[in-house]
Amino acid sequence: MAKQTPLYASHVEAGARMVDFAGWDMPVNYGSQIAEHHAVRRDAGMFDVSHMLALDLDGPDAQPYLRHLLANDVARLTAPGKALYSCMLNEQGGVIDDLIVYVFSPTSYRIVVNAGTADKDVAWMRKQIAKQGANVTLDARRDLAMIAVQGPQARARAWAALPGSEAASRELAPFQAVKWSGGLIARTGYTGEDGFELTVPASEAAAVWRDLQAAGVAPCGLGARDTLRLEAGMNLYGQDMDESVSPLDAGLAWTVDFRDAERDFVGKAALLAHPATRRQLGLILLDKGVLRAHMTVHTDHGPGETTSGSFSPTLEQSIAFARLPLAASPGDAVKVEVRGKRLAARVVKLPFVRQGQVLV
Amino acid sequence: MSNIPADLKYTASHEWVRAEADGTLTVGITDHAQEALGDVVYLELPEAGRSVAAGEACAVIESVKAASDIYAPLAGEVIESNTAAVDAPESVNADAYAIWLFKLKPADGAALTRLLDAAGYGAEIANA
Repeated sequence: MAKQTPLYASHVEAGARMVDFAGWDMPVNYGSQIAEHHAVRRDAGMFDVSHMLALDLDGPDAQPYLRHLLANDVARLTAPGKALYSCMLNEQGGVIDDLIVYVFSPTSYRIVVNAGTADKDVAWMRKQIAKQGANVTLDARRDLAMIAVQGPQARARAWAALPGSEAASRELAPFQAVKWSGGLIARTGYTGEDGFELTVPASEAAAVWRDLQAAGVAPCGLGARDTLRLEAGMNLYGQDMDESVSPLDAGLAWTVDFRDAERDFVGKAALLAHPATRRQLGLILLDKGVLRAHMTVHTDHGPGETTSGSFSPTLEQSIAFARLPLAASPGDAVKVEVRGKRLAARVVKLPFVRQGQVLV
Repeated sequence: MSNIPADLKYTASHEWVRAEADGTLTVGITDHAQEALGDVVYLELPEAGRSVAAGEACAVIESVKAASDIYAPLAGEVIESNTAAVDAPESVNADAYAIWLFKLKPADGAALTRLLDAAGYGAEIANA
């Protein structure tokens, strides 16, 4: 029996096509995923992301614990409400999960992890608490629901829908959050557009969803979420990286913070011993067809492999992420093996699209 | 509930088949199939003259979400593919029964009786 989020009934009522995603019954689309994609790029759309798990970490050792647990450095979070994207690595330098951590104070953090890895993450975090003897508490917050409202008009529509939210969040900079009405308003997302990720008590989720829809925010499913994040050059855990992949090979070197030489973190020694062997770049298919994961890429510098691929509704062409030899670079002409044929593609720098603008 | 016209034949792999007066077969995918696939963005159809076996994968349909094979409902020779559909793959979503994909000259016209009728196909997708 698949798990249901507090918005399950809202999705069914809206005619969503429901699919199993990481053990959760989730909407893949409400009709056309391309129309939902365009709603986010051009106006405002919303996603139920309540399947992701919010965790509260509190206690006097919270900051030193996280500085050891995560590859990115929470010491960068110098003001309350700031958010940081990080990988959580194993000792071999493989990615256990990627997550967002929000700071409320050096003794109080909110962490949001992926749905499919949530149980494994919590077990790992508890193990590290015990290992460090850290004086912290870790609470899973399944009493909360999360709604991502994304698009150029997302903030304005959220403000119109939710009384009092504008005064609380008007001054929020990107990657900042503020506590609001029993939850959180964060100026974050997974689409490459402006917007909020709203955390609300589960009991209020359906009303918030309904009010956002009444304010002109289009319900969007996991299908559009995937093409939006792909265009935005954002990795998907389990697809573009996992426990067998180093963040240095998966385009995530920018999230690994080696600057404080005094700071040790789980996986650091392995990353220092094994520098990057591959480079993650984008591909645009020049021939007709659709790129998918695990296709072989032939470059002048040797073979590579796609990790994610789909049709880009914004570019109206197929695009992909590929793990390529280190010598590969944007502008290279490559061939991708698609059902026995070699199709022409061009290597580009990620992302493909940001804030509605095509960058490639 | 999916639309399943009574005057067509069907396969369990979600092709519809119309028997034409001249003995040829016109083939497309069902409304149920287009709905499951979601937005269609690419079609790869067989060349005219290609011989196909019953159940042979002979065309590919790709939605944003996934790639899927289309199978020859019966053995025969492909006589034509719908190039207009290749140029506008999204038309399959708009009306799956109006958009044919290829035409087939069956090796044995009597084999048509082996395909599902509308009630049989309806039962097939209800049990899936």
